Amino acid sequence: MAERSLRGKVAVAGIGETPYYKHGQAPDPEIVLALKAILAACDDAGIDPAEVDGFASYSDDRNNPTRLAAALGTKELRFSNMQWGGGGGGGSGAIANASAAINAGIADTVVVYRSLAQGQFARFGQGPKIPAIAGDPAFNIPYGIMSPAQQYSLKAMRFMHEHGIHQTALRGIAMASYYHAQNNPRAIMRGRPLTEEKYDNSRWISEPFHLYDCCMENDGAAAVILVSAERAKDMKHKPAYVLGAALGSDGGTGRGAYNGAHFASSHFTSVSRNLYDMAKVGPKDVDVLQSYENFTGGVLMSLVEHGFVEAEEADEFLVLDNLKADGGKLPLNTSGGNLAECYMHGLELITEAVHQIRGDSPNQVKDVNVSMVISGPMVSPVSNSIYGSEASL
Amino acid sequence: MTEATAPVMPAPAPIVNPENKPFWDATVEGRLVLPKCQNCGSINWYPRVFCPECGKFGVDWIDAAGTGTIYTFAITRRGMGAYGKAGPYVLAYVELDEGPRIMTNIVDCDVDSINIGDKVRVVFHDTGSGSALPRFTPVS
Repeated sequence: MAERSLRGKVAVAGIGETPYYKHGQAPDPEIVLALKAILAACDDAGIDPAEVDGFASYSDDRNNPTRLAAALGTKELRFSNMQWGGGGGGGSGAIANASAAINAGIADTVVVYRSLAQGQFARFGQGPKIPAIAGDPAFNIPYGIMSPAQQYSLKAMRFMHEHGIHQTALRGIAMASYYHAQNNPRAIMRGRPLTEEKYDNSRWISEPFHLYDCCMENDGAAAVILVSAERAKDMKHKPAYVLGAALGSDGGTGRGAYNGAHFASSHFTSVSRNLYDMAKVGPKDVDVLQSYENFTGGVLMSLVEHGFVEAEEADEFLVLDNLKADGGKLPLNTSGGNLAECYMHGLELITEAVHQIRGDSPNQVKDVNVSMVISGPMVSPVSNSIYGSEASL
Repeated sequence: MTEATAPVMPAPAPIVNPENKPFWDATVEGRLVLPKCQNCGSINWYPRVFCPECGKFGVDWIDAAGTGTIYTFAITRRGMGAYGKAGPYVLAYVELDEGPRIMTNIVDCDVDSINIGDKVRVVFHDTGSGSALPRFTPVS
């Protein structure tokens, strides 16, 4: 039996996004944002929007494919897919699902999209307004744990304790995003650089997370068009081939906090192995990395669980100079990411990974052949993906 | 039977459902109970009607000692909702001596002086609605 893999079978042919807004400031209804991003991605790919025959998203995006298809003039809807669970952890999962559909002949032109108008609907960072009534949350909510920042700070605190990691490591991750945002015309935080002093003096959100350890909340939309590798070769842009994509979590993740093996974790231990196996690369081959910062503590654990840094060396390694696009050992979050470009739920990390393969990022790393994305950590399922140039195949 | 102590923080009532009712009923009597699997003997958290270790139905409720250590914690400086006026408070997972780690607050302490590994014991804060929140305080 032939090896079953996505490696080199599918490529990103187009990317697009709306302008990015502070939450509540989008001038358009959320579905219009989704359509604008998809139209921009189609234009970037040089295809007629009516040709899009598949849609994949994540985190229960409210703008479903049938509604979008009606507006786009879709000739035929052949793939309508939602990555189930995990919120922003599903970004690369949607890429995996779309790629699998193309590779299996289910659809030919699939758009992965995410649209958010948090002002028009609920904000993520606020947590649920009504208490959940069953399972684990029923035991947690009375204690005043309401927001994702609180939930994930508990994981980060334990991880930092176990490995002797200090606040400065989190600061280094935040500094990298803000540093790169200063060159990125799309970035919300452009013109608002972060200094060590500013970080240290910022208020605590949930200790050990300062304000600058937490992602923004934004309005906007982004879209990525995937087609077969063969077809991508003749299209407008240099293809960014999908070398691999993986999703899921370890078997014990859902058991609850008492299950110590998985608590202080980004939940990538099995998923990182599966990704590298499919892509046939390791962390040393990765030229540039986008790692989803819902909170910097999640990036810290993701980097360790993907083999980019030993936990015991995190303090020493996670300083701005090592993470810069221009000459850093591990160029990280080169668009500014969720912290400083836009919280487009991590899809902006995938468009940036593609820019790095094309060679047109505002913070371009030299000679990129392998460009990786780690989507939202600490949830389940999580996901990740690797993109490559033709030379990487 | 231990009397529930007066709250020093808000004590919002939990949502009680058939699956977790035995747990909350016990808290009113000042007892911290844990589910123990009738099949494999493992003691689990959170309480549920099946065992997440072996997958079998059938759990007994056992009395916990009410002592443990801080496994991890986070300090919220400004809460929301019922905690809007609570002042700084500590969220924690406490590892009970029986094994499970449970979500709780660390109370009656200086929030800036607690550490992972500190020994703690349970106190109960009455919600006034037929339940009491098990919280923990440092043991000196």
